[in-house]
This record gives sequence, C-alpha cells and structure tokens, in this order.
Amino acid sequence: MTLTTDRPQAPGRRGSAPRRPGAGRRRRRAWAGLLFTLPALVPYALFVLRPLLTSVQYSLYDWNGIGVARFVGLDNYRAVLTSSDELTPLLHAFELIGFFTVIPVALGLVTAALLHGLPDGPLARTARVVLFVPQVIPLVAAALAWSWVYSSDGAFNQLLRAVGLGGWSRAWLGDFTWAFPAVGVIGAWVLLGLCTLLLMTGINKIDPTLYDAARIDGTGPVQEFFAVTLPGLRREIGVCVTVTVIAALASFDIVYVTTQGGPGDQTMVPGLQIFQLAFTQRDVGLASANAIVLMVLVLLVVTPLQRISKGAE
Amino acid sequence: MNPRGTRLLAGRSLLVLFMAATAVPFLSLFTTALAPQGSTPHGISWPSHPHWHNFVDAFNAADLLPLLYSSCLIVLGVVPICLALCAAAGYGLAVLGFPGARLVFGLLLLGLTVPIESLITPLYYQMQSLGLLNTRWALILPLIGLFMPFGVFWMRTFFQSLPKELLEAASVDGAGPWAAFRRVHLPLAAPAVSSLAILLFLWTWNQFILSIAMIDDPSKRTAAGALGAFQGHYGTNVVLLSAGALLIMLPTIAVFVVFQRHFVKALLQGAVKG
Repeated sequence: MTLTTDRPQAPGRRGSAPRRPGAGRRRRRAWAGLLFTLPALVPYALFVLRPLLTSVQYSLYDWNGIGVARFVGLDNYRAVLTSSDELTPLLHAFELIGFFTVIPVALGLVTAALLHGLPDGPLARTARVVLFVPQVIPLVAAALAWSWVYSSDGAFNQLLRAVGLGGWSRAWLGDFTWAFPAVGVIGAWVLLGLCTLLLMTGINKIDPTLYDAARIDGTGPVQEFFAVTLPGLRREIGVCVTVTVIAALASFDIVYVTTQGGPGDQTMVPGLQIFQLAFTQRDVGLASANAIVLMVLVLLVVTPLQRISKGAE
Repeated sequence: MNPRGTRLLAGRSLLVLFMAATAVPFLSLFTTALAPQGSTPHGISWPSHPHWHNFVDAFNAADLLPLLYSSCLIVLGVVPICLALCAAAGYGLAVLGFPGARLVFGLLLLGLTVPIESLITPLYYQMQSLGLLNTRWALILPLIGLFMPFGVFWMRTFFQSLPKELLEAASVDGAGPWAAFRRVHLPLAAPAVSSLAILLFLWTWNQFILSIAMIDDPSKRTAAGALGAFQGHYGTNVVLLSAGALLIMLPTIAVFVVFQRHFVKALLQGAVKG
C-alpha cells in the first residue's frame, strides 16, 4: 500500500527517489566504463601511438641505428619529396590503385549488376568459397604461386603459346616494362573476390520497389545501373575502395616476394622502400620520414572516402 | 532468350571466369609440387608419375613441425588476450560510457588507417631496448597493440546493437557493471567474439613484415614469415618450394573450410580493416 501512495510524489523529487539511477550510480558507472576501456588502451598506446611519435622524432635525425644521431631538421622530408629515388615508390603506390582498386571494383560492379535478383543458388555459394580463398591464405604464398605462373616456363607463357602468341612470352617479373603491371595483376587477383562478394551482397539489400519503379518509367538497363544500383551500393563501394586503396598504398608482401622492387626500381613501393632503408641501408631517419609521409598520404586519401560513403546514410 | 536471361547468363559466365582465374595459381603450384625434384616443369601439366613424396620431403626440409608449433604459440599469445581486451573496451565504450569516450574512440579509429610499415622501424628499436628481439614476444606484443583499433571498433559496434534496457534490467536485479558484463552482455556477444577470433587468427598466422623484421630465426616466426625464408633457401628447387608453400597454406584453408559460413560473414564485415 505504501508503494502506491509513494508513487505520485516521486517525479517532484528527482534524484532522491529510491531505486532510480541517481547521480552516484551514474558516476560509478562512468568510472567502470573507464576501467573497462583502459586495458585495451595500454597496448595501443605502447605499440601504436608511442612508435608513431618515435617515428616523427627519428625522422628529424640522421641515424644509422647504432651510432650517435645527428639532428638534421626537415632534411629527410626534403629528400623524400624531392629526390626521384624516394618519389618513384610514392608514384608507384598511386599507380597500384588502378590495379588494386579500379579493376576489382569495376569488375565486381559489373558482376553484381548482371546477377542482381538471382536467388542464392549453388553457383553463388560455390563462388563465395572459391573467391574467398585468396583472402584467407598468406599473401606470401599467393605471391610465390604467382611468381611461378609468371616465370618463363610458367602457366602464363604456356597460355600465350597455346593461343599462338608465343612471341610475347617472357619472364614477366624480370621485364622492365611488364614487371609493374604483372605485380598489379596479383593485387587485383587477391582483391577481386572480396569486392565482387561485398557488392553482390550489397545489391541484394537494395529495395526492389526502386527497380520496379525504374522499370515502369521505362528505364534501360544502363540507366537503371546509374540511377538505382550505383547510388544503392554507395556504402559497399565505399568499403571496397577504402580497403583496396589502403592495400595499394601500403603494399609490401607481394612485392617483397615477387620482385624485391626490381628490375631497377620498376616495382619499388613505399612499404618496401621503408623496410630496406631501415633494415638494409640502416638509414633510420630517412626510413622514418618515408613512414610518416606514407601514413599522412593514407589518411589524406581515406578520410574523404569515408565521408563520401557515410554521406549516403 | 529474354534480356533478363541473357543478363544472368553473362553474369554467371563472369563469375565462373573469376573462379577459374582464382584457381590457376593454385593449380600451377599443385602440379609443380608433384613433379620430380630438380626438374623445372612447364606451365600447368599433370606429371606422368606424381611424386606425392615431395610433400613429405618439403615437410622435413622446412622443419615444418616446429614452425607450426611456433605459429600456434604466437596465435595463442595474441588472440585470447585481444578478445578479452576488446570485449571489455567495447562494453565500456558502448554500454557504460564515460565522459571523453568519443575522444578515446576517435583516437582508436586513427589506428585503423596506420600502415604497419609506418611503425616497423620504431617498433624494432623499441623491442631491441626491451631485449625482446628474436623472441616471439617481439611479434606478440606489437600485434596485440595493432589489433586493438579494429577489435574495439568491432565489439563496440556489436554492443551498440543491443537494447539499452539490458543494463538497467541487470542493475535492478542488483548486478553491478562487472556482473552485468559477465552474465548478460558477454554471453550475448558470443557470435561477435568468435567472428573476431577467426579474423585475428588469420591476420596473426599470415603476418609477414613484422615476422621477418623482428625474428632472424625462421623457426620462431609465423608460418608466413618462415615461408619467406624458405624461398631464400630453396629458391632454385621450385618443386620443393611449391610443396612447402602448399603445406603452409593448408591450415588456413582447413580452418576456412571448417568455419566457412562464419568465415565469409566475418570477412565481409571485417573488410573495413582489410
């Protein structure tokens, strides 16, 4: 009985009513929230944020990793942004976007658009398994397999000879003109499956009435693609582009295994450049300046991409 | 045939073509692995006498047993602790909340875009000063830190999808934040945690650059890192190298086939990280 008579008074005395989450409990909960979050921040601060700051510090010095470091100000950055040795890898990184991003996303879009509305049959299920394998195995193993495909006795030349283009056969990864596209194709191969499947999943989530409306309006398939499919897949395209652009700019494994940046510096990329500067040439300062430039580039490219794909929601 | 039929046929053909292209490097690797040792097989051709014994030889030559053991140790050092830290932080950020939580989360998001190459040099000298170079700790500790942004992001997204009333209901029953976490939220998060476990296993097993930078002895590296050394040693013995590469891939493909459904979902969602 007391309960029912108490009730009407409670709203007038906020906070002091029993059984209500009061300020005390809220404060305790906030402390708990901080305590639950803190343990994850410790390794992050120690092994991501701290090295990041150290990288900035190293980049201002001339240091071989053992002897005395000499402060050189922004000289390392000047070298990165002016000498062709350092600029070539950065240029390559952007050229790789053509292979790592444009090809997989374009081919994935075409496939998704063609198969739109297809019920989940055995083909789609098989594709989900097969196309995912390159995402699952170590990139190193994929690169090894491909370097064998590209060799002078490899499967690619075998194919060329079979269709009468034997005159074109060569050791692709050792060729000054063809090594770079050959490396790019490996990246396209790795990322094609992921993009295709992401886009195929996304297209099935588009409201079917949009397509019906387009059809009633008499829109052709091409127009329909640009008016309905492309805007509807904005989020998925955003994810594909973000992932693949990061993979292109920060590539390492594939190049390390297939070409080591060669022939000459035809396939040199920033990741490998940093690795060689730091661990072979022991020019820690220049390696760190490269590292910071690479990180800033990735941020500059990815941030607007995120904004575009989120703007759709 | 109606236009829709033609369209679907074209789509199916493309999909089949992609699958064939995906298979070619593996086929090439497989037929090469079965050729006589010391020979250089031409392209993809089934050997007249498949040398299955090459796999045994590669297993012995690469010392694969200690290698698999080493990879497992590294995975065990990284994955369980990451899951615990990420689940707790996801709960702290999404369910409990605290002043400045958004700022902390933003700081973590920054880590999603940092390429590992940008950290490798300072991490090397950091591990050197800790005296941990050439030990598995030089891989385990940085990997835990590197996985935090994605893992916390992942768990926070999951906990945000749960109804807010769960915590209220639990506290009316007298449960504090810890009890609510253990008895209510964590059991509900089991699917998200296991997807995260699969992704972290893969990323650890396949980790290459940290592995070759931090550890000179291939038998203490991850499987992928050891494969790099294997290439250096047997670069001329294509047959053995192919067999070894297939053996090192095998565990990842086996895990993939067993957890297939889970895997595809996790990878599609985990794509944000790449």
